[in-house]
Amino acid sequence: MNVLANILDPYWAKTIVRVVGALAFAILIAGTLVYVYLFKAVSFMQSRLGPMEAGPQGSMQLLAEVGKFLQKEDIYPTKADRLLFKAAPYVVFMSTFLLVLIIPFGPDAWFANLDVGIYFALSVSSISVIGILMAGWSSANKYSLLGGLRAAGQLIAYELPLVLAVVGVVIQAGTLNMQGIVGAQANGEIFGFGGIGNPYILTQFVGFAIFMISMQAELTQTPFDMPIAESELVAGYLTEYSGMRFLLFFIAEFATAGVFSAIAAVLFLGGWSLPGLHWESLGDVSNVMNVVGPLVLIGKVMVLSFIIFWVRFTFPRFREDQLQRLAWKFLIPISLVNIAATAVLKVAF
Amino acid sequence: MTMTEREQLRYIAAQAADARVNLELETEGMTLNIGPQHPATHGTLRVLVKLDGEQVVAAEPIMGYMHRGYEKLSEMRTYPQVTTLINRIDWLGSFANEVPFILAAEKLMDVEAPPRAQHIRTILFELARIANVVLFLGDMAVQVGAITPVFFAFRDREHILNMIESATGGRFHPNFDRIGGIKDDLPKGWIEETRGALKRIEAFCDEMETLVLGNEIFQTRTRGIGVIPSDVALQYGMSGANLRATGVDWDLRRDAPCGLVYDKVDWKVWTHPDGDSFARYWVRLQETREACKILDQLLGTIPAGPIMAKVPRIIKVPAGEAYVETENPLGAMGYYIVSKGELVPFRLKIRSASFSNISVTPWLLRGVYLPDVITILASLYFILGDIDR
Repeated sequence: MNVLANILDPYWAKTIVRVVGALAFAILIAGTLVYVYLFKAVSFMQSRLGPMEAGPQGSMQLLAEVGKFLQKEDIYPTKADRLLFKAAPYVVFMSTFLLVLIIPFGPDAWFANLDVGIYFALSVSSISVIGILMAGWSSANKYSLLGGLRAAGQLIAYELPLVLAVVGVVIQAGTLNMQGIVGAQANGEIFGFGGIGNPYILTQFVGFAIFMISMQAELTQTPFDMPIAESELVAGYLTEYSGMRFLLFFIAEFATAGVFSAIAAVLFLGGWSLPGLHWESLGDVSNVMNVVGPLVLIGKVMVLSFIIFWVRFTFPRFREDQLQRLAWKFLIPISLVNIAATAVLKVAF
Repeated sequence: MTMTEREQLRYIAAQAADARVNLELETEGMTLNIGPQHPATHGTLRVLVKLDGEQVVAAEPIMGYMHRGYEKLSEMRTYPQVTTLINRIDWLGSFANEVPFILAAEKLMDVEAPPRAQHIRTILFELARIANVVLFLGDMAVQVGAITPVFFAFRDREHILNMIESATGGRFHPNFDRIGGIKDDLPKGWIEETRGALKRIEAFCDEMETLVLGNEIFQTRTRGIGVIPSDVALQYGMSGANLRATGVDWDLRRDAPCGLVYDKVDWKVWTHPDGDSFARYWVRLQETREACKILDQLLGTIPAGPIMAKVPRIIKVPAGEAYVETENPLGAMGYYIVSKGELVPFRLKIRSASFSNISVTPWLLRGVYLPDVITILASLYFILGDIDR
């Protein structure tokens, strides 16, 4: 059992820990990614320095930005559908928040250990589509509408390769539970060699590539950022948003990038465990891993999200129809072949 | 009947079929204003597009939001004062705007600049071309969605602007060309420093070739998009790299090198047969390299001598008319001066390249998707000051 949960046995205490913890993780990971990658790494790629004034190396810039957004006037367009307009950022953020819940950080460090963990994650990640459509429709702006509709088409198209890429992992692990997938990787073996376990990036490299591409599309990052497409649609569904509500969208965007990286790390890189760590049941794992595990996971998250932002700031973007063609003609057939191959090999060995 | 007209008819038939479907489904088109305030139009061009889904049914460029009346204003300014105004027409390659006007005035006055002045004029003309086109090479990538290349473009253009500044005193608006020569001689050590700046531009061109031109997503977004056949381009009066990208071998630097010393240099006019957005980017990239080559030769062969011909202190242009056209960074730019023998021009007509280049858009944008509207407009490379004057 979770140590914290033992102390705070009552139902509401557990719930509070989950809500506060998941919110804190979402905001912290968003802040980290924004500062490290959006402000600094990208600046170095573009031969500039990024923010330098607020704090040493501009490290307080985030606080300044949040302060700026909080001060802004609360504006909505005259013709906007106010209820939907106000609710949309919360719906998008809720999807991110629910995703955080199922990530395992260590043998006992988790918010919710669902038996259908990865299935739950893939389901709740689609909720953000509704929020984005709400934002696009309710803004009473043609650019927003186009952006919202593009987002809907894109996110639905890329759910499929995302799910199909995960199916290969689930076949290999034999479980949907996130802790189970971590355990299966730590204790697995590749054709009889089990020294470093079996991180699925080695055997499911096709699935990993498809997962990363679809993730990029799910996150609407370049080369799949047509819903925002700042040179065509001004800011897509975000056009009419400012102040607090824009901040929520912004946090949700980067938190989702971090959370999806965490899910990819759990599915393909062994999650919180280290190479060479084996266990019979989760109770055998040293308690130290509850402290080291989250750090290991964060390290893997930083590596994967670096790839996301590296691609984001290097590539141009596709056109909407080219993006659909990529999903339906290449990614989905390849992932189906990958599933078939995985299933055959699973039965054969 | 040309091929293009047949294509248009087929397109209209397809539109009619679509309209029937729309009638049954009770859908209606959407009218979208791209601009005058829009991140994609660097300036205040407004494109009114009628959309069916994301497909453009009709597009109309509406210009004039930045009209400054330079032709009329010039009628109240003496000839040396006019160059200050026309610097602001194509603001990225300012020096290039002055040259055709000064050449036209010299033609009327029957003055010829000394060889050294002509040589330095040509050098600054080509530097202005690089300063202008380098920004296009980065900006086109931004319009397609890649953010990074434009920072490289700004970084490396800075070196060229520094050279223009140290020679003329003005980074953006040199106002350096004079009737009968140029204002000042080159500063000491300028030639060597310029060679260093050109090395950086060549490296930048290689970088863009791998980062942008070689990128597969960039190619899928630009190849076969916005194809202009050469006869259409000629009918609409397109010029410059846009025309050369349709396969027409036409360059005023080679064909009519009046007053500039391009005939003393070994260089090549680049053309591309495709006429699509990719071809326009490719031609401009090659031309930037070619400009570096031209400059490298010119810098080594600057003749000695005076930089000003003998002209009266108060310039009165004799009565008459003159038209001079040069190959500016954006295309053919010409000035038609009508003089009545006074201190000021009686009438000045400016032929700017972007105005003609952009007029092809209603023909070109029909039937393309909305994201391609942006890339096609970017690849046509207009500057608002050059459209509206």
